[in-house]
Amino acid sequence: MNPEILIHLIIWPTFIGFIINGLFGSMLSKTASGIIACAGPLIGFLATLYLYLTNPLLEAINYSYYNWFSIGLANPVNFSIYIDHLTILMLFIVTGVGTLIHVYSIGYMHEDKGFSRFFAYLNLFLFSMLLLITGSNLILLFAGWEGVGLCSFLLIGFWFKNPEYNKAARKAFVMNRIGDLGFILGIFLLAIKFNSVDIVKIQGSFANLSMNDPSIILITILLFIGVCGKSAQIPLFTWLPDAMAGPTPVSALIHAATMVTAGIYLVARMNILFSLAPFTLNVILFVGVATAIIAATIALKQNDIKKVLAYSTVSQLGYMASALGVAAYSTAIFHVMTHAFFKALLFLSAGSVIHGLHGEQDIKNMGGLKKKMFWTHLVFLIGTLAITGCPPFAGFFSKDEILSSVYSWNFWAFVGLSFASICTAWYMFRLYFSTFHGEFRGDKHVWNHVHESSWIMLFPLVVLAILSILGGFAGMPEILSERHFLHDFLKYNVVDHTHHVNHFFEYCLWSVTVLALAIIVWLTYNRYAKSSKEKFELEPTGFSKLFANKYYLDEIFANIFTNPLKRLGSWFKNTFDSKVIDILVQLPGNTLDKASIELKPIQSGNISWYIISILVGLIFFAILFLVKL
Amino acid sequence: METASPEIFSSIPLTHYILLSTTLFVIGLIGVMVRKNIIIVFMCIEIMLNAANLMLTATSVYYNNPGGQIMVFFTMTVAAAEVAVGLAIIVMAFKNLNTTNIDLFNKLKG
Repeated sequence: MNPEILIHLIIWPTFIGFIINGLFGSMLSKTASGIIACAGPLIGFLATLYLYLTNPLLEAINYSYYNWFSIGLANPVNFSIYIDHLTILMLFIVTGVGTLIHVYSIGYMHEDKGFSRFFAYLNLFLFSMLLLITGSNLILLFAGWEGVGLCSFLLIGFWFKNPEYNKAARKAFVMNRIGDLGFILGIFLLAIKFNSVDIVKIQGSFANLSMNDPSIILITILLFIGVCGKSAQIPLFTWLPDAMAGPTPVSALIHAATMVTAGIYLVARMNILFSLAPFTLNVILFVGVATAIIAATIALKQNDIKKVLAYSTVSQLGYMASALGVAAYSTAIFHVMTHAFFKALLFLSAGSVIHGLHGEQDIKNMGGLKKKMFWTHLVFLIGTLAITGCPPFAGFFSKDEILSSVYSWNFWAFVGLSFASICTAWYMFRLYFSTFHGEFRGDKHVWNHVHESSWIMLFPLVVLAILSILGGFAGMPEILSERHFLHDFLKYNVVDHTHHVNHFFEYCLWSVTVLALAIIVWLTYNRYAKSSKEKFELEPTGFSKLFANKYYLDEIFANIFTNPLKRLGSWFKNTFDSKVIDILVQLPGNTLDKASIELKPIQSGNISWYIISILVGLIFFAILFLVKL
Repeated sequence: METASPEIFSSIPLTHYILLSTTLFVIGLIGVMVRKNIIIVFMCIEIMLNAANLMLTATSVYYNNPGGQIMVFFTMTVAAAEVAVGLAIIVMAFKNLNTTNIDLFNKLKG
């Protein structure tokens, strides 16, 4: 099969699925709807696999569908697909994890009325995500970028009858728009500077650029603002925890595994550009570390099972950004991959818990679920071990690589990330123990109805669990293996600037990791496994209060941005509109009205008066005429 | 175009014609304005017309240009027709309203 057909097969099945489910969803049975939806990403995955196995990809594939438009650049903007190693890897993640989550969703959403609508959105999301990944120019990438933003909005507000959910959807949309403004300005500047928006062409013209060129710094900062919005970095991360209003598979697919990593992908894609701006890299490192710490500390005190995972996602995105900040791009992509596995796993098993408890999300009403949900418990434990970086699970290798890359660049950033890592272990084991161990703290009635999820939901969980165990071996550190598979795979497309750390440090890091994990497991087990409901309801004090209230960031943003705008709006509405606009608009009307009342008596019906008026007018014009002559 | 004025203007200068016709016109105008009887008003209109005719004739002779006199013939013809129509209107109005007072001719007023 030639690559062109494979490209069609990768991109379009999801779009066809969206069209069928979106237009004819109400006519299809739930089974048909689910199968059509799952077929899209599955075909994409198989086509990607085939492409990868048959094509060595020594040269990137660039396939142009048609000439999209011309905007006065050197080349017209094409609707064209670009596939290289980085793209292939992202395609595997998106279509692979996407397929599993689609399958899971069939079980999870089975009772929902909007079943086919849900799958239509999900397929549209995957289509946009594939465009984002494979777009050969920044405009097409941006189209996909906006498409995933739209689907995120639609799916967060999927249960649109709840106004809170709609609010969360709007918040996500608006926060993303702020980032997108930066992104699109960055694209414009790139187009001006390089006279092209084609990623390959831009990358090719870097050779004659000096380091820290001011325009490059400006462009990279603007692009990074876009990354902040999409990948939930400080200060634009507050939308992501609220985005958990959507159905759990959405949280897993969009707000953990794929969409939020689009920003990381963008930076990795433009890695040569970012490497030219060490200033921007330092900003990214700082923001990444700050995000990792802040989100991890907030997660310590959340009681909603999905909120904990959401903050954990923000924190992990902070890790990825930190890796980008030290120019270890392929390491960041490595973590994108492992994170996609274990975070999708965690979200889906949390969804399984929520499903089994009929919608309960608060961990204070859980506990002891191990007895009734053995498989969910097992895969959740695997996910927890993977995210906390327990060897040899997936998260261990990618996290270790990030930590050592950061260590070789900046010691204090390393300390910050290690602290965040400890917090991660703490909140994840807290979540695990308080959900699955001890006694059930909720209603007795609920306990009797707790059930393990169906096989269609467990199957994706098991696959993801296996991936979470094995995924890390794609990138083993040099002390274990001579060949770092992932770095070799990406080396044609991504130029890393990492220094090698000495082996002694690596061993130290590992032993400290294992030791710290053991201590944390012991502490959290004692503290949370047998915790009573009252303990969860205690009013937090001091730092805990700060964490539980998310550093009051929402309140701070509200006071700095939203409230002044609202006040300005209400001033315009109440004062400016009635006192200025209304008066201005009504002025001509009122004037004419008054004038007509004054002038009405002139039309008296008295002929003599008319004649005198005519005469006076005539004389007036005669004089005017004569004087002018 | 201007040539020596005809003999007649040495005994009665053009100024006198102008003054006469202006006086007649003003008399007619004031009559239209102040009189209430519709027939008097109508007569005053005729006076104004004839004042204009006189002016046209005088200047036409003064400038040796027959155009003005030709115009007078037209005016007289039109005036005759106008009198026929106007008087008919006045007669009908009188039959309907039983008055010649022009101030009461306002039945069409909105």
